[in-house]
Amino acid sequence: MNLRTFLAMLKRDAHVARRNFVTLLVQTLLQPMFFVFIFGRVMTTSGLMAMSYKMLLLPGIIAISMMMAGIMAVAMPLVAEFQFTREIEDRLLAPMEIEWLAMEKVTAGMIQALAAGFVVLPTAWLVMGRVSLSTDHLLLFVVIALLVASLAASIGLTLGCSVGQTQIGLMFSLVLAPMIFFGCAYYPWKTLDPFPILQRVVLLNPVVYASEGLRGALVPKYPHLPVSAALAALVLFNALFILLGLRQFRRKAVS
Amino acid sequence: MESLSKIYTSAPASALPRGAAYGMPRAPWKRKKQAMRVVALDGVSLEVRSGEVFGLLGPNGAGKTTTVGILTTRVRPSAGEAWIGTYNVWKERVRVKRLIGVVPQRPNLDFSLTAREILTFHGAYFQVPPPERTRRAGELLERFKLTDRADELLLGFSGGMMQRLSIARAMMHDPEVLFLDEPSAGLDPQTRLLLWDMVREYNARGKTILLTTHNMEEADALCHRLAIVDHGRIIALGTPHELKQSIPGGHLIQLQLEGMTPEFQHELESLEGVTEVRSTDGRVQIYSGRSGSLVLEVVHLAAKFQVGIRDVHIAEPSLENLFLHHTGRSLRE
Repeated sequence: MNLRTFLAMLKRDAHVARRNFVTLLVQTLLQPMFFVFIFGRVMTTSGLMAMSYKMLLLPGIIAISMMMAGIMAVAMPLVAEFQFTREIEDRLLAPMEIEWLAMEKVTAGMIQALAAGFVVLPTAWLVMGRVSLSTDHLLLFVVIALLVASLAASIGLTLGCSVGQTQIGLMFSLVLAPMIFFGCAYYPWKTLDPFPILQRVVLLNPVVYASEGLRGALVPKYPHLPVSAALAALVLFNALFILLGLRQFRRKAVS
Repeated sequence: MESLSKIYTSAPASALPRGAAYGMPRAPWKRKKQAMRVVALDGVSLEVRSGEVFGLLGPNGAGKTTTVGILTTRVRPSAGEAWIGTYNVWKERVRVKRLIGVVPQRPNLDFSLTAREILTFHGAYFQVPPPERTRRAGELLERFKLTDRADELLLGFSGGMMQRLSIARAMMHDPEVLFLDEPSAGLDPQTRLLLWDMVREYNARGKTILLTTHNMEEADALCHRLAIVDHGRIIALGTPHELKQSIPGGHLIQLQLEGMTPEFQHELESLEGVTEVRSTDGRVQIYSGRSGSLVLEVVHLAAKFQVGIRDVHIAEPSLENLFLHHTGRSLRE
């Protein structure tokens, strides 16, 4: 590990993110805001949905926004840099083990995921009309947010080193869309009770634990998976995707 | 390096099509998995001396880029070992990376940064202190005539500008060994001369340079020593002068004939000064110590044997002829 090289690369990613700040902000904020506005504001105010739905939706929206921001921040540049511009080669030749370059990408993605959560949470809260969130479990919220961010970034690493540039469209419809819709973001896991098989299958989806974990921290009175189970699953998925991502990264970086 | 071999079992990344490609990917599950075995390097051993400009010369696909890949930690050798200085390349990758600078065959510049930032960030990766890297970046931009575009993103840069910037970047951390993979491919003659000057200048500071090329002129102009590679093997090694001397006769006359007979070939071989005659499908190569006066005799002889001459080509001693001599193929084929 070579800390100064690592930090220089992190600085490079921060520099590029700053340059693309507006694009990033729009990309992160706009879609969840439409969703929050229609489902959290319009549908609830019109009486089509119960007011309590707001409470269930907010943690899910944060989970989805963080997951997508983290995955995109790592996966998209990696696909381009390994296959199209090859610009990552310069950093692969820097005096540092290449695994640390992968970890730098994960760190950068994690920061972007946290930033996304940091922006979406207050905005969604305002758009929905100031729902009351629990502040009793602030530490738990921070821990889960960190785990969700690193999970998102490591899934991004795995995808970014596995997907070909012609398959990006496929990645959205085949991997990301199911992850979002079966991720218990727009409904709590409990509501899947009438679908026992589906309810078990979705447990393979890491987004479920992000949504349910954040529910446990922000709106603990509403149904959610046990917090300990969500934490354990998040840690496990983190380990799995880091290892998988590093393996894929090595395969891409060295022939 | 010693007995380096590289066998690819899947298509190497560098062989994959580059550029934006749209459309549905082919369904991989419909294709039968085929065992793939491409021998890119077949037991190559050679030693590059410190402070020399060494050239790997050969046609596309000869194994030059794979060799550079192995020496620069990007390709893991299937067998054999490589050293940079006293460091084993694969086992001590980080130490090796500190010593080397690499100019790749295809530009891999950072498109999110400006030209100046590309240099300063590269310096930062190699822990060049901030004031030093600003100074060096400014100097290199000036020397490579990029100062007026230094603070622009690369989108509008020409191929030549990108290549110059790639070289400047490789020099940013002042490496002991500089690798240039096909440095002048696609450059205009003016830029090529600038590049040659930069290489000579860098070498004059005691640095070692390894370059690959399929350009004979470049190899001849720049390299102290050369290895000619083909099909993953070294087929000749020496100074450009030595290599040229090693061709029998030195001069080469190539003929395209009609109605070639064995008797005619025999007569050709007995002409004064002729050292070797090769003939395939009416194409005849005559290696000899002289050229001009010999052509006249060949024409007389052809008239006598009623052999039609459709084309005559006279070549002075050159590395091109050398390659032809060793492989029976032209470099450009």
